[in-house]
Amino acid sequence: MTEAQIKEVILKVLGRIAPEADLDTLDPDANVREALDIDSFDHLNLLIGLNEELRVDIPEADYGQLTTLAAILSYLSARVR
Amino acid sequence: MAEFRMPSLGADMEAGTLIEWKVKPGDRITRGDIIAEVETDKGIIEVEVFEDGIVDQILVQPDAKVPVGTVLATIRSVGAAPMPTADRAVAERMPVGAEPPVQPSLEAGGPRIPAPTMVPPASTTERRLRVSPLARKLADELGIDVSTVQGTGPDGAIERADVERAAAAKKAEERPPAPTPTPSPTTPEVAPTPEVPPRAAKAAVPEFQVRMRRAIAAAMARSNREIPHYYLETRIDMSRALRWLETENQKRTIKDRLLPAVLLVKAVAKALGDVPELNGYWIDDRLQPQEAIHIGFAISLRQGGLVIPAIHHVDLKSLDELMEVLHDLIPRVRAGRLRSSELTDATITVTNLGDLGVEVVYGVIYPPQVALVGFGKIVEQPWAEHGMLGIRPILTATLAADHRATDGHRGGQFLDSLNRYLQEPAKL
Repeated sequence: MTEAQIKEVILKVLGRIAPEADLDTLDPDANVREALDIDSFDHLNLLIGLNEELRVDIPEADYGQLTTLAAILSYLSARVR
Repeated sequence: MAEFRMPSLGADMEAGTLIEWKVKPGDRITRGDIIAEVETDKGIIEVEVFEDGIVDQILVQPDAKVPVGTVLATIRSVGAAPMPTADRAVAERMPVGAEPPVQPSLEAGGPRIPAPTMVPPASTTERRLRVSPLARKLADELGIDVSTVQGTGPDGAIERADVERAAAAKKAEERPPAPTPTPSPTTPEVAPTPEVPPRAAKAAVPEFQVRMRRAIAAAMARSNREIPHYYLETRIDMSRALRWLETENQKRTIKDRLLPAVLLVKAVAKALGDVPELNGYWIDDRLQPQEAIHIGFAISLRQGGLVIPAIHHVDLKSLDELMEVLHDLIPRVRAGRLRSSELTDATITVTNLGDLGVEVVYGVIYPPQVALVGFGKIVEQPWAEHGMLGIRPILTATLAADHRATDGHRGGQFLDSLNRYLQEPAKL
């Protein structure tokens, strides 16, 4: 899977969780939870969605690394086969 | 013959617009079925029926806006046409929440309070087993077979308390094995996919927000006008709870992981068991404590506004079951698809602003409830214990309570209890 494809998956899952957000303008270095006003429940659903789509296991200890779009992308890119 | 009325879906609802019938005359319906959709300031609400029977007549057509209490349809019991007198006598003796079976006149201006007014006349379908409608609804919801419940009401009638006892006993038996799946209150006909249905999209337009704002304004202004609030706050050391949660979540796949919020909600329910005066309503100048613990869980909408659906019987649900309820509930709140019982049954409210930087929440009670529990963000703070200073994750819990109903001493006992339960997370 290319990075572009992974990014597409991330945006798709985010779009399901925050359908009203304009993801095209989302700054890759912005804190996703703050930028999209995502609460802890939505955040968990984001990770569940990514896990289902990409089959990457994300331990809870790593949640702190997954704050921005860029960080999520690099985390997943390193792990997706 | 029973009457299906426009329900009161909140303290300040006066009228609702019937959007759609899910049934037509002659259809067979079962308790818990969603039979109509009603639009209120809170969105489109799926209205459940609390009765088995057959739809007899539809009296109000879609798009009509009618006052709360208006008869929308009549329901006749299966097989028989009118209610036989013998059964009526039984029904009248059903004490728990059962209204007299026939109430021909519309009680205009009747009590606009939640749960009790929602309970329809006693149904006659079950002859040998005497079960109050409320007890049956509860049993369905908790997955309890009523035929196994020991009734303690008149003539051995099964009442709500009996079902609750049975559920608690069942829970106690089941404790060691793996958590049972949530007994789903109704059929999962609401697709959990967050694809926003067209009507919800319409509901999200500013006009809807204006009306929701107005509804919140009415309830909160009434609260501030009528309820003499008192506030208490306590700091809770969350290190044990978070450590337990971390270990627990390590064993789980992402899908099954628990959020701290479910620990908090469950601990509130347990503490309410110790201080039941905070769980109930202030109606007719007196406190009416409620046996069932239905926690209204405040969920904010990103577009603005707030919806507080009830999580039913929190005290009887495991943490996993509570998590499942949230997984079902939150997407439906966001899509504007709630069920009537979820909007009317809450006996207390919990508001958790911990996702933001907020540390302390001073809540406004949702009338006619008598208490609101607020949680802030869990933050590391200096904490002195046994003469030692350390850094601990600290949660500030607040209680806003109605001083007509309780005093600060009881409120303090509640917060102490809450703290105690959060120190033993494995027992939640």
